[in-house]
Amino acid sequence: MGNPVVQRRMLKVSGLAILLALWWIGGYLIARNPATKSFASFGLVPTIKVIPALWEAGKIQSAVLASGRRLGTGLLIAIVIGVPIGILVGRSKRFRNFSNSPFQFLRMISPLSWTPLAVLVFTSWDQSIVFLIAIASVWPVMFSTAAGLAKVDPAWFKVARNLGAKPRHLLTRIILPAITFDVLTGIRLALGVAWIVLVPAEFLGVTSGLGYAIENAREGMEYAHLMAYVLVIGAVGYVLDGVCVMLIRRFSWRHGN
Amino acid sequence: MGIRGVQIKIEGLTHRYSSRGPVTFNRVDLEAKPGEALAIIGRSGCGKSTLLHIIAGLLRPTEGTIRLDRVLVEGPSPRWVMMFQAPHLFPWMKVAQNVGVGLGFGRWSKNEIRERVAEALRLVELQGFAESNVQDLSGGQQQRVALARSLVMEPELLLLDEPFSALDAFTRSSLQHDVRSITKRLGINLVIVTHDIDEAVLMADRALIMAGSPGSIVHELDVDLPDPREREDPAVQALRAHLMAAFQEAASVKPHASGDGGQHESVSEDKSFANMN
Ligand SMILES: Nc1ncnc2c1ncn2[C@@H]1O[C@H](COP(=O)(O)OP(=O)(O)OP(=O)(O)O)[C@@H](O)[C@H]1O
Ligand SMILES: [Mg+2]
Repeated sequence: MGNPVVQRRMLKVSGLAILLALWWIGGYLIARNPATKSFASFGLVPTIKVIPALWEAGKIQSAVLASGRRLGTGLLIAIVIGVPIGILVGRSKRFRNFSNSPFQFLRMISPLSWTPLAVLVFTSWDQSIVFLIAIASVWPVMFSTAAGLAKVDPAWFKVARNLGAKPRHLLTRIILPAITFDVLTGIRLALGVAWIVLVPAEFLGVTSGLGYAIENAREGMEYAHLMAYVLVIGAVGYVLDGVCVMLIRRFSWRHGN
Repeated sequence: MGIRGVQIKIEGLTHRYSSRGPVTFNRVDLEAKPGEALAIIGRSGCGKSTLLHIIAGLLRPTEGTIRLDRVLVEGPSPRWVMMFQAPHLFPWMKVAQNVGVGLGFGRWSKNEIRERVAEALRLVELQGFAESNVQDLSGGQQQRVALARSLVMEPELLLLDEPFSALDAFTRSSLQHDVRSITKRLGINLVIVTHDIDEAVLMADRALIMAGSPGSIVHELDVDLPDPREREDPAVQALRAHLMAAFQEAASVKPHASGDGGQHESVSEDKSFANMN
């Protein structure tokens, strides 16, 4: 009992248990009230009951896969653009001064408000969704990278140059390892935002993915299915965040101090 | 190992940080024989660190030249390596990786790097710490890692900028002794900047006093003492007193004085220098 690891586990599990209990109570109350009885399948028990059938039919897997592909592509684009620009922002004062206002301005625009524009510009719904995810996640990655670079000790560059480092060494041996922690932290934030943007974006035109599945279930009034997908969204997001936290622990030299 | 040092020849070195800013130092001339150990002492702000950075090729002089064995210094090189006041280790690397980092910038095979790192760690007596995190080392151990990181390059010239001033007296004293014996054994040139008169007497073959604003070398003194040198040795004490007197006299050098041997005014009333060691 005195073991802190066990204690932490127990706390985590009981937090989740309370959440499920609240859900169950809510469903029970809805089912008991004649006025809301037709929404009873939003409850915990009906939801849990439909999950095996959805899984058997491969519907959960294919929805997660479709959403995951869009999320992964969007996030990758955000990283490929965000990290180099973040390095530039952090490294060059001139570029920082030049780019700060436009970036802050763009960052403040809600990602979903780009939707009409994305739909006009891109030929497929898929591309539009990937664009929305990319533009939502590029900012946390970029600003986190820049902030990481600002914390890099300038003396490290001096030491490295002094020992014969060429410019590419400064990038690969000093800058990148020094900011891994901050880049991963940025990716973790980006993942949270992207996951939130993904579902409403999939309410648009596409015919696959978790957002579509929810919208589809709502139209068919299959509320238990709807809640099953909501549950999956929560679970997948939770797992992805956990993976990020693990990577951050693994690749960060800061956790030592 | 034979003499691996270089002949240093510095001519008319002048520096200012900005084109309209003050002159940091003016027309400094300096020569050293291969394998010679120089100490530069002077009060804070007279330009010692700047001079060392220029010799290391990390800063460009405004005027003048530095030649090492007649090769013009135009940038940093593994052949002349500087060690700074703070260790500045890379916290994401283990001790051995930190020591080998400079070799990694060059064309060394993994095996060669491993061997040379092991040898450098032996030199600084940290062979048991190869796989330690640098954050877990004491200040003195970290500074020894920084020393190993410089020595592993097998430089011909080692430049030290007040490397031990942040350490406790015991660690400082043992490192002073170690650095002198290592550089003497390898035959490499040493230039050490220090506030500490004792350090100059214990480590150098020749002590240079830098003073004035803009700074210049106003006095020099041969430290002709046998090794190993002990602080309590009367000969060391005598040289120390001698150097202290010269240092105090240098303190009376007025701004814009030229560097022609410190034959200026009388000894300063300013006794604050007596507490500098
Ligand atoms: N980056 C810089 N830009 C402008 N001026 C500088 C810079 N670095 C140092 N200086 C100035 O140049 C002069 C010499 O500085 P330097 O650091 O070489 O002195 P120092 O002799 O090493 O002093 P200390 O003993 O305190 O380390 C000082 O007046 C300092 O204010
Ligand atoms: Mg200095």
